[in-house]
Amino acid sequence: MFRNQYDSDVTVWSPAGRLHQVEYAMEAVKQGSATVGIKSNTHAVIVALKRAASDLAAHQKKIIPVDEHMGVSISGLTADARLMVRWMRMECLNHKYADDVPLPVGRLMAQLGNKMQMSTQRYDRRPYGVGLLVIGYDTQGPHLYQTCPSANFYDCKAMAIGARSQSARTYLEKHLDTFSSSNLQELVAHALRALRDTLPAEMELNNKNVSIGVVGKKTEFAVYDDDNVDQYLNLLDPAERRGRGAPAQGTGEGEDGAPPDAPGGDEPAARPADPVVEGMDTSD
Amino acid sequence: MANPQGLSFERFSTSIPAIPSAPALGPMKRTQTPVTTGTSVLGIRYEGGIVLAADTLASYGSLLRYRDCTRLHKVNDNTVIACMGDYADFQYLLSIIEQKAITEDCMDDGFNITARSLHSWLTRVLYNKRCKFDPLWTTFLVAGTDEDDDGQKKEFLGYVDKLGTAYTDPVIATGYGSMLATPVMREAVEAKTKNGGQLTEQDAIDIIKNCMTILYYRDARAHYRYEIAVVPTTGKARIEPPTEIKGDWQVAHLIKGYE
Repeated sequence: MFRNQYDSDVTVWSPAGRLHQVEYAMEAVKQGSATVGIKSNTHAVIVALKRAASDLAAHQKKIIPVDEHMGVSISGLTADARLMVRWMRMECLNHKYADDVPLPVGRLMAQLGNKMQMSTQRYDRRPYGVGLLVIGYDTQGPHLYQTCPSANFYDCKAMAIGARSQSARTYLEKHLDTFSSSNLQELVAHALRALRDTLPAEMELNNKNVSIGVVGKKTEFAVYDDDNVDQYLNLLDPAERRGRGAPAQGTGEGEDGAPPDAPGGDEPAARPADPVVEGMDTSD
Repeated sequence: MANPQGLSFERFSTSIPAIPSAPALGPMKRTQTPVTTGTSVLGIRYEGGIVLAADTLASYGSLLRYRDCTRLHKVNDNTVIACMGDYADFQYLLSIIEQKAITEDCMDDGFNITARSLHSWLTRVLYNKRCKFDPLWTTFLVAGTDEDDDGQKKEFLGYVDKLGTAYTDPVIATGYGSMLATPVMREAVEAKTKNGGQLTEQDAIDIIKNCMTILYYRDARAHYRYEIAVVPTTGKARIEPPTEIKGDWQVAHLIKGYE
């Protein structure tokens, strides 16, 4: 497992100017199942692909409400995400209590960015192993943010993270111009098609493995699961819900897959490719 | 030191620490009575803004100690506050509020302190302090124009006192003014707005000026020099230069029995 003498803890630089522990943490995001977010001029939506650890287990929750005006979708270590969301909820509640207005989304993201950065600069801590898509609505309109374990965060028009998310991003880039004027239904349909593109050929979107989060003008954040996603899934033809990607590589879900490709031993290491291996049980 | 997780006053006081206690100097002393005080402040909401007024006197009991103390403060272009009560407590809170406004400005993200938010924050702070049996001996009027969900400017006028009692109303007067001026203001506003009439900025200013005169005659802590602030929904908030009441005390010799 030991691949590199410069990855013993987060504070150690490699001679090529990289922080390997931070880059490893970035890989954790790619272990989780895909999630897609899009915003228009009036709404922001997130859709996520839920995974079940086994046939006997329920699908793992991917979308978590933060406040009446905000929610997140996660990819990576679920436990880390829950910690971050708990903190975000406290910030929202405290702001509402003190100032009587919802916390502006951009403010929370700046604070969250600062909080996440702390753990990339202390030898006794580790980066958060999770990426978030945060959607929210405030007086400046709808927002979509992406966060990374590296503590970077991005203000996005549309974004996809998680396993095989490159296919979704390709879809989003192709249709980017249509999003801003889309209504809620069109927005969710786009997001679902983007999510569909992350599926292997033999899988399809259904009301068990899809979760949808919506927020917008005069629309409080709401999560749709199970039977409630049918109204949105029906926006797609049955054929459109099927994965069109290459057959899934790797050993499949639930078992301990191969560890993520790490930057190679020789410097400078190339960034590892997006792994298609379904990995660790703790990722979703 | 207060628990950083808890809802302590420090949470609301941004970078300025709370007044430290000094155990070495004996038992902790608390403000059980105000020292340098200002009297009533008035506020009226009209169609398109708010008018506030306060005189410029800070008294030592019945002594007219400082006669040029402004008790109005412009927080930003759409928010003005007025304060009655202990002038030192007012100045203490002002220093925190000014720092809040600067911090907010520096964030430069398009959001700004609104009257509604400031009113809520003051309510939390004042209630928190009174719960420690150490109230900040003040009563505030917060006036401003905020945007509602549709981006429309809305007038806001709120009251909060040293106990944390808070409310909003189109017509508010504090202290003696709540007894002497509120009925006059309400009657005048009602007379203007009945039959679908509108209260204009000038109407509101006239009513306020009349009430400041009434208060000057009947409130022994009131002063002839006072300031008026106008917070319009269109344009920037402004505090007018002090104006003075020309008193007419010809009837004073008729008042007997209070010597």
